[in-house]
Amino acid sequence: MIRLEKRPSPSRFWAGITPILAVIATMIVGGVMFWFLGKDPLEAIRTIFWDPLFHETFGPYSRPQLLVKAAPLILIAIGLSLGFRAGIWNIGAEGQYIVGAICGAGMGLAFYPTESVLIFPAMVLAGAFGGWAWAMIPGILKTKFGTNEILVSLMLVYVAESWLASVSQGLLRNPDGMGFPGSRNFKDFPAAHNAEIFANSGMHWGVVTAFIAVIFAYVLLSRHMLGFQVRLTGEAPRAARFAGVNPTRLVLFCLGISGALAGMAGMFEATGPASQISIDFNSGYGFTAIIVAFLGRLNPIGILLAGLLMALTYIGGELAQLMLGLPAAAIQMFQGMLLFFLLAMDVLSNYRIRLTRKEATT
Amino acid sequence: MRSVKTLLASAAMAVGFAGAAAAEDPTKVGFIFVGPVGDGGWTYEHNQGRLAVEEAFGDKVETVFQESVPEGADAERAITQMALSGADLIFTTSFGYMDPTLAVAAKFPNVKFEHATGYKQADNVSVYSARFYEGRAVQGHIAGKMTESNIIGYIASFPIPEVIRGINSAYIHAKKVNPDVQFKIIWAYTWFDPAKEADAAKALIEQGADVILQHTDSTAPQAAAQEAGNVITFGQASDMSEYGPKPRVSSIIDDWAPYYIARTQAVMDGTWESVSTWDGIGAGMVGIGDISDAVPADVKAEAEALRDALSSGEYHAFTGPIMKQDGSAWLADGETADDGTLAGMGFYVEGIEGDIPQ
Repeated sequence: MIRLEKRPSPSRFWAGITPILAVIATMIVGGVMFWFLGKDPLEAIRTIFWDPLFHETFGPYSRPQLLVKAAPLILIAIGLSLGFRAGIWNIGAEGQYIVGAICGAGMGLAFYPTESVLIFPAMVLAGAFGGWAWAMIPGILKTKFGTNEILVSLMLVYVAESWLASVSQGLLRNPDGMGFPGSRNFKDFPAAHNAEIFANSGMHWGVVTAFIAVIFAYVLLSRHMLGFQVRLTGEAPRAARFAGVNPTRLVLFCLGISGALAGMAGMFEATGPASQISIDFNSGYGFTAIIVAFLGRLNPIGILLAGLLMALTYIGGELAQLMLGLPAAAIQMFQGMLLFFLLAMDVLSNYRIRLTRKEATT
Repeated sequence: MRSVKTLLASAAMAVGFAGAAAAEDPTKVGFIFVGPVGDGGWTYEHNQGRLAVEEAFGDKVETVFQESVPEGADAERAITQMALSGADLIFTTSFGYMDPTLAVAAKFPNVKFEHATGYKQADNVSVYSARFYEGRAVQGHIAGKMTESNIIGYIASFPIPEVIRGINSAYIHAKKVNPDVQFKIIWAYTWFDPAKEADAAKALIEQGADVILQHTDSTAPQAAAQEAGNVITFGQASDMSEYGPKPRVSSIIDDWAPYYIARTQAVMDGTWESVSTWDGIGAGMVGIGDISDAVPADVKAEAEALRDALSSGEYHAFTGPIMKQDGSAWLADGETADDGTLAGMGFYVEGIEGDIPQ
């Protein structure tokens, strides 16, 4: 019999080094898989991890794209991590992301074709509000009626997707689009376009906001009373109650902040990189961000790095498809391996494996 | 030793890139696919077209592709990377790639782009699509003849003109041979999602449909029909003959190979120009898959006659008198629809129940 036994105090050294070990293990096992597919494993690994950063043709384009791809993941994951730390499980960030995009983009399109510097800030607020309001539904249902926020927030993703389909064919449809679904392209509407702040830098307002959110979360968790309450509730719920933490307030705070950040991420994405509200402009960032949050160990700096790492595997994976003809499914398996090894290493750093005789367990 | 090897390898790669522009090098043709190449439908057929290009030109051509590219912010990056990798001609094979294709094309004026099923052209962007509605007419005819419950299920993808056109064409021709026929339409909001497509097929069968038409790309509805028994289906985009002779009784096959070969040739010859192509059965872009023995011989003969009439152009799938769903007149007796109206079709014809989702 194999038994897992919790280590009394997990080593800080091992906790810090496991992500690196997970990446190395993924490279080895992934390399074997690529080799079985008839590709040079070293070349494949190099294409995924090195070429997006340093390839002479792709690098200059891919480096800024890393920020573009990572920003929404980081922004959403930061919000989620606060709730996850307190044991409040918002699984529906994808829905909040969509609703934020609809509200933010809708706010901008309502003023088409007015040119004013006030339009974009109003859109950011509308996006944050949309995501916040969508997250308040599970929040209020949980605090008033004790419903499960995991189920409610997840189900609301499907509602949001249907709403997105509806507005892209109705309310927000491009009047000059010959009846095809999809909103106006924000590139044709400068006042509402989330353009790059410096050309070819990849830095759009969503990237800036993601960095601000990382700093904000770091300060909140390490210096602020509310951050202390979040951590305490997650680690010792009973102690938190005795310490005077108001659970209703905390649930609404955690769901609200993660909803607002997801909503802003959606708004920045729809009016910037995607530059259009269309039936399936959302590409699962809200779900991937859950992985990013855990990959970064719910720590703001960790999430920043995890978001960049995920973005690297996405973009490197695309290059590997393009340059080496690797199938998309192999790339997804490779990403899956990374998460698997990370979680497996986590288990090993928190638990020790004990081999015991069968009768000992009875 | 190893470091020398990698150095040489990277030097060789660098030379490869530098030389990509040189004239003797193979023409590089790229494809952006919305689904996996093994979807057995839409993307599968585009990939067959890619393979046909390789076969036709041999060493003179190099093809690359990227599959399962989402139709959002990721599409622009995927197309840009393909252009950066030295592609001379890029086919973007789904409607949702329209604006990204235009955006990338503006940055790479020397690369030629071809966007499938869209309507926005540029100096270096062509558009192409097939008149799938001609195939839908043949399907409608067979469906109307074969149904016993008089309920025909239709798995629609997105409410865009192409899909609405297909529904109308199938309905008109089913109604013509069977006045009692009724269409039940489920909008799946996906081009490829086997689980959703299977659910839609099962729901339609439960509602009494004994014919399932699909405008989605997977074979999941075929499998659902096979399981239910006594339900017939049609292959979509690809022949899907592995489900014949029943449930799959015929199919619409997209054949992109001749077009892809012609456009690649044009790039090689330097004669490529931005065009808008909309070909049907006649030009071979739309094929009608073999009609199986599950269809009675007389129905089969009629369907083939209809196919030939569409192919020769002697019959148009939208020939009046046809009224719109709201009862207003659309086509007078003997009048045929113009391409402009068809391209932007946003209404049902008279007799179809329900509304196009807004």
